[in-house]
Amino acid sequence: MTTPPEAPSGVIHDIGYRGYRGPRLGRGYATRSLFTQSLRAAFGLGRSAKSKVLPMLMLAALLLPAGVVVAVAVLNQADHLATDYPQYLSGVGLLFIEIFTAAQAPVLLSRDLRFHTVPLYFSRPITRGDYVRAKCAAMVCALLVVTVLPLLVLFLGAVLAGLDLGHQSAHFAFGLLAALLYSVVFAAVGLLLSAATPRRGFGVAAIMGVLVVSQAVAKVLYELAGGHYQAGDGAAAWVYLLSPAGLVDRLVNQVCGLTPEFLGTPGPLGTLAFAAAVPAIAAGAYGLLLRRYRKI
Amino acid sequence: MSTAPPASAPIIRTDALTKRFPAVTALDQLTVEVGQGVVGLVGANGAGKSTLIKILLGLAPATSGRGEVLGLDVATEGSRIRELVGYMPEHDCLPPDVSATELVVHLARMSGLPATAARERTADVLRHVGLYEERYRPIGGYSTGMKQRVKLAQALVHDPRLVLLDEPTNGLDPVGRDEMLGLIRRVHQEFGISVLVTTHLLGELERTCDHLVVIDGGRLLRSSATASFTGATELLAVEVTDNADGTADALLRERLTAAGLAVEVEGGHVLLVRLAGETTYDTIRDTVAELGLGLVRLEQRRHRVVELFAENGASDDHAA
Repeated sequence: MTTPPEAPSGVIHDIGYRGYRGPRLGRGYATRSLFTQSLRAAFGLGRSAKSKVLPMLMLAALLLPAGVVVAVAVLNQADHLATDYPQYLSGVGLLFIEIFTAAQAPVLLSRDLRFHTVPLYFSRPITRGDYVRAKCAAMVCALLVVTVLPLLVLFLGAVLAGLDLGHQSAHFAFGLLAALLYSVVFAAVGLLLSAATPRRGFGVAAIMGVLVVSQAVAKVLYELAGGHYQAGDGAAAWVYLLSPAGLVDRLVNQVCGLTPEFLGTPGPLGTLAFAAAVPAIAAGAYGLLLRRYRKI
Repeated sequence: MSTAPPASAPIIRTDALTKRFPAVTALDQLTVEVGQGVVGLVGANGAGKSTLIKILLGLAPATSGRGEVLGLDVATEGSRIRELVGYMPEHDCLPPDVSATELVVHLARMSGLPATAARERTADVLRHVGLYEERYRPIGGYSTGMKQRVKLAQALVHDPRLVLLDEPTNGLDPVGRDEMLGLIRRVHQEFGISVLVTTHLLGELERTCDHLVVIDGGRLLRSSATASFTGATELLAVEVTDNADGTADALLRERLTAAGLAVEVEGGHVLLVRLAGETTYDTIRDTVAELGLGLVRLEQRRHRVVELFAENGASDDHAA
């Protein structure tokens, strides 16, 4: 391909080089810009139509059942929703949240690694820490969008259906806690694995593997340990420390007092351990990410 | 900018800059000072060029010694330096699925430019590097030459005071190479931006740079104006007819040596004659004519740095 020596005449006038005298807004602004761009990229915004398909599909898949639940409650003039808020995320929604994480976390990190774009960032005012911070914040926020929006649909629907406002508000708050914990833990797992490989496909497979397989393994071990015959807070529940999704599910159930209807953590010590595991996972992943980018 | 040093101040200054890795010393007591203009940083692969650039950008700490870019300390003011300096990496660094405009606007904002200014500067700078309608198409479809232009544009988009160009002519054909070198001269002459350009090919820098810095094994070999280099290093390649068995070569070599010229055999029936001045051309022409031979080739040979190093012992007197 050749470059035309002149642009179409009359459109562009060569007025020579002009310098830039305006403001340079520095690190903080650049970090915020990177955050915004990454958050948009997580939903395929500002990217090709093809990259919008999957995130939007997952968002729709999370919203649609919530709409159905609300519609059913309104039509039947029920006195409660067919699902509790945290259980909407850990049940119907979980697989879609996992797919969203697996598909979009590599969009934020693997692409820059694969196309060696990272040096273009690090030769600019932001530091490696700023880069990691912006990407982590963007991923957590993207997950918050896909987890909180369906809860919002449920809550607004419940309010419109005239259900008990106090009860609904409290359980909506439980749902928000679950959304926050899922977002933080899944973002940590997703970004850490994405940063390990420049290949997006490997990243997707690894994240899906860790999130889904760990859950299955935890379930099997739970049954082997006789969990089925114990109370919900029996010793067998410890195995859910192995599964990011199970960990959040059981911790939220326990802390929000949704047991024994839903399964909780193994005793007070277990509650402490499960509660400590969340910040431990987040901090561990963040530290490892910083280390990963220190080398580049 | 408020921290801009006066025009006469050095753009880059290092003082006994040393970088040691566990297994290797990448930079060894490097003390060098370069002013405004186009400066060539020459060294073989592994000479320490990339390490030096990383330290100058404040991305890697030096083991010892000091460095300053635009009067800012590389150890403590890296972020500030990177705001005023542009960097064009050696390797491919462009995502294929976005357009040049999208990428450069984004990177302009990463350099701290407000959104509107980022768009304006992007349009300007892409035009200046010679990208027109194609700037709206995904980069994946660009030729190597166009990709190099995008890489240069992203280094210039925030109107830096200095750009660091790492092997900008890599992978380009001769025409593309000349265009890139022309562009590099314009960056300094028309845009008023100082340039530090690295290469392992000395020849192409002779035509572009005002000043050359040669490093090898992390040590400074030479730092001087370009003219003093080329005078000492230019060779002429000479090839003659009727030389099937090499006797004509031997004869010519003998005569030229007798005429006081330094002659080496390159192999493949090519003699390398050290250029001693304008008269060297005449001496060769006359000698070839006297021997009754035909001149197949008489051309300036572009040097590779390796040769320069081999000659270094002989040219120590030129060292700055």
